[in-house]
Amino acid sequence: MKPIDLNEVQEQIDAFAGKKVFIHLETTNGAYANHVNEKAYNVGAFIRNAQVTYEHGKIKGAGAAYRVGLKTENGWVYAEGLNAWELDEKNRLLMAGHDREGRLMVSLEISETAF
Amino acid sequence: MEKHVVVIFPHPDDEAFGAAGTIAKFRQEGVPVTYLCGTLGEMGRNMGNPTFATRESLPEIRKKELQDACKVMDVELKMLGYRDKVLEFEDLSKVSDHLKELLETIKPTLVITHYPEYAVHPDHNALGAAAIDAVSRMEESTRPTVWAQAFMRGYQEILGKPDVVQDIRPFVKTKVKTILCHKSQAQGVLGNVTGEELTEENMEAIALEHFKEETFYTWNFENI
Repeated sequence: MKPIDLNEVQEQIDAFAGKKVFIHLETTNGAYANHVNEKAYNVGAFIRNAQVTYEHGKIKGAGAAYRVGLKTENGWVYAEGLNAWELDEKNRLLMAGHDREGRLMVSLEISETAF
Repeated sequence: MEKHVVVIFPHPDDEAFGAAGTIAKFRQEGVPVTYLCGTLGEMGRNMGNPTFATRESLPEIRKKELQDACKVMDVELKMLGYRDKVLEFEDLSKVSDHLKELLETIKPTLVITHYPEYAVHPDHNALGAAAIDAVSRMEESTRPTVWAQAFMRGYQEILGKPDVVQDIRPFVKTKVKTILCHKSQAQGVLGNVTGEELTEENMEAIALEHFKEETFYTWNFENI
């Protein structure tokens, strides 16, 4: 993946707008957070292959932390803390936020085919 | 002497961190070892450091790392095809049946798995429970011994001292080599284990110093 360039990613988000797409949305601090640090909480959530159509989407932010919001007919898809992206060989838009050690903290992926 | 050892863990790299020294010892004695690996660690958050994997490329990368690790340990590998992080939500009686069928074919004399409820990760606890359930339902005459691994904080205060303590110092090089096969995970996990800042250069030395023994509890089937 490469560091997020706002304009490049916005272009990709626009390309999926109005289409029936599959979403992978995830946030995690790992299954060992509390094991490693007694004071930490294990928190995570993911949804894989949710089917949505968004009328428009935007990427906002600067530096190393970006937010993406996708406006759907009945609600929103939202992710914060994104800092890397790629369009993979299957033409899927992968966005992720990694911490200093390269560990995934958040992920938002958009694809026309199921993940 | 054991005739065949089966290791049952859910993630590629559980075998490396948990049992690679013990496995190497069995292989040196000429005992065949089969690793039944539950998932491909699809939901791991370590992506290499610097990051080289994505959520979508991680399964294939970890599959290759697992195959390489099994080559280093010289063990047979069977991948069970479950999905990382959601194993505990499967129908565990079906998982147990699946394992029982495999064990009845392989006919091990020893099974190594996680100690249910004392192995931190929900996948560890779930697959350990399914494995022990599978073994408990086998004919007593063909039932293998089970060594269960615990590492939850404070586990010894509740379970007592583990009765199986494997001195793995003679095999630590193989263990470290096995860990390093899991390139996407090694640095992140080792950092947690040793609490030290790790680089490609110091990783091996720190691991050599850190891993001296692997411990297990012999499962008591009388208590079921």
